Amino acid sequence: MDGMLTLLVLLPLAGFLLNGLVGRRLGTGFVNAVGVGIPFLAFGVALWAWRTLEAGDGAPIVETVFTWAVIGEYTFEISFYLDRLSAVMALIVTGVGALIHLYSIGYMKGDEGYARYFAYLNLFLFFMLLLVLGRSLLVLFVGWEGVGLASYLLIGFWFQDAAKARAGRKAFITNRVGDAAFLLGMFLIFTFVGTLEMDRINEAVGAGLIPVGVATAAAILLFIGATGKSAQIPLHVWLPDAMAGPTPVSALIHAATMVTAGVYLVARLSGVYLEAPAASTLIAVIGVLTAFFAATIALVQTDIKKVLAYSTISQLGFMFLALGVGAYGVAVFHLFTHAFFKAALFLGAGSVIHALNGEQDIRRMGGLARQIPWTFGTFAVATVAIAGLPPLAGFFSKDAILWYSVASGQGGTVWLWVLGSITAFLTALYMFRLLWLVFFGRSRMEPETERHVHESPVTMTGVLVVLAVFSVIAGWFALPQYLAPLLGTPEVRFAWGGWHLLQVIFAVLVALLGLVAAARLYRDGGRPADELWQRFRGLERVLAGKYFVDELYDRALQRPWRWVSDRVFLRLGDRLLIDGSLHGLAALARWSAAAFARVQSGSLHWYAWMTLFGLVAVLIWVWRYV
Amino acid sequence: MSDANLLLAVSAMLFTLGLVGVVVRRNLLVMLMFLELMLNGVLLSLAVFTFLLGAEAGAVLMFLVFVVAAAEIAIAVPIVLLLVRAGRTLDPGSYAGLKG
Repeated sequence: MDGMLTLLVLLPLAGFLLNGLVGRRLGTGFVNAVGVGIPFLAFGVALWAWRTLEAGDGAPIVETVFTWAVIGEYTFEISFYLDRLSAVMALIVTGVGALIHLYSIGYMKGDEGYARYFAYLNLFLFFMLLLVLGRSLLVLFVGWEGVGLASYLLIGFWFQDAAKARAGRKAFITNRVGDAAFLLGMFLIFTFVGTLEMDRINEAVGAGLIPVGVATAAAILLFIGATGKSAQIPLHVWLPDAMAGPTPVSALIHAATMVTAGVYLVARLSGVYLEAPAASTLIAVIGVLTAFFAATIALVQTDIKKVLAYSTISQLGFMFLALGVGAYGVAVFHLFTHAFFKAALFLGAGSVIHALNGEQDIRRMGGLARQIPWTFGTFAVATVAIAGLPPLAGFFSKDAILWYSVASGQGGTVWLWVLGSITAFLTALYMFRLLWLVFFGRSRMEPETERHVHESPVTMTGVLVVLAVFSVIAGWFALPQYLAPLLGTPEVRFAWGGWHLLQVIFAVLVALLGLVAAARLYRDGGRPADELWQRFRGLERVLAGKYFVDELYDRALQRPWRWVSDRVFLRLGDRLLIDGSLHGLAALARWSAAAFARVQSGSLHWYAWMTLFGLVAVLIWVWRYV
Repeated sequence: MSDANLLLAVSAMLFTLGLVGVVVRRNLLVMLMFLELMLNGVLLSLAVFTFLLGAEAGAVLMFLVFVVAAAEIAIAVPIVLLLVRAGRTLDPGSYAGLKG
């Protein structure tokens, strides 16, 4: 039906306006009905849109809302584009989004900014749907910036805390760096292709109308934009700090949906990346390095949300690895499964934090399994899923990524696979470490906290159960095959099919090894691990310091820029040039006014003399020159 | 022609006398009189040129200027009178405080 996609996009916007304008006055009941009802409604519409798409056998549905601008021969339209890829994304965004909205009722209960929170969350959904459904890069970019705004608002949701407000700013500014490159990439593409509609860009590049060098440059620029949004090296520094926001926000924006926008962008423009092998290699390398380094950092973090944040960065690295070797469908598959188990993990962590009244340090947890069984059960399922044990969701997608990292004919190499497999081991290790330290062993909680431990309300545990179920079954959808008409899979380099079976067995063994190692090292509150770290103090310091990337940026970028800003822009430019010239003009006016004021003495004779001099001067001038 | 030159020279002398008087004298009433002298000098040259050029309009203009000058002095003298009543002196230097 016509207007279906527009309705889907505009529903959350209506929710934002209603809750933002009158939600505070009309009370919690209204806020809940609008803030939670609308995402579920949107999910319903998304399902309907998907059914319509499938009824047309996957032929893309294009819906033009209005023409934004006509400049010469170019037309810029606001139009939505639904194919299987954007349908999958829209379903994830609205589905997981709706569940997280529901969960938020319990988590945010009694917060002062309750209506504001739901308004922001709905605003995020609106921009995310704009990003996913936009046909043109321009619309995508509006959504891209909009989710950045929503992310900024929600990270700094408790803005009275200066550190949290600062984290919001850091996220926003880091993203601007990527966005600058994104814009340049857009300009480059527009200059050479003459349109920003992504399906046409793919066609034009695929037809070889664009020089390879240009395609590579545009691909790399857009990828830099993606590294900003998806927290890849070197722009990953904002995501761990973004955990300052409410936990459901971390689950929705900083795990399941927004941070995967970069993956979606590259998959959407796969036509460009297929023609730019150099850019694809770069993506694979950045992806696998990010996955590896983030996983090592996650090993030693002590904040439950920080562990999950680094885990998110690592999993996003896996997705980019898949994109880099040409397995676009597999990357989206991992995005899909990751959305469920990572949302479950974050919401589980939120439930733990809720139970412990705000405690986030895993060194002061332990033994929670019996006290909050529902949270424990769902958290455990999601942990097994992310660790990649069959038959849960993470196993299928991660195994496919590892397989293509070595077998792909488009840049698969052994060392990508080696690094990826090590990361898979580390993933299992740090996730089971988290599980053991939080839920097993003896309690290390403060006695006061321990007395108040309680299971979360049913709106929270119910959502956890649903997400846990999907963490189990999400891998059973053959998403890469479903997307194959859009996103082709690369050809496999090895003739003998048995290699894949060996790789599967190896991956499972690696995950089991991680499980066993975590169980051995982190029983008893992690004492064996502490003893082990005693022998590698230097390494531990580097990991706990997150490779000192923040410090490096501080030294290499922030301080020089602060110096330049202070000396050149503030002291020289602002104070000396701008203020100086204005003050100088004012002083000149004052000085000349004082000089002329002296002339007006009030003495009549003085005036008469001056008249006389003036007359004489005029006479002399007339006599000489006229 | 020489008559005209003579009259113009007289006019210039009257003007200069008036000017010097305005500049050097320190009595308001005397200064007003010298001002009238300057005006008369100018008007004399106007009369000469009117005669030389045969432009009757000039004569009309002369009378107009006389009327204006009379009106002017009729305002100036009461002002001086008021000043003297307030300040008890005719020296313009002691009224310097009246500057705007």
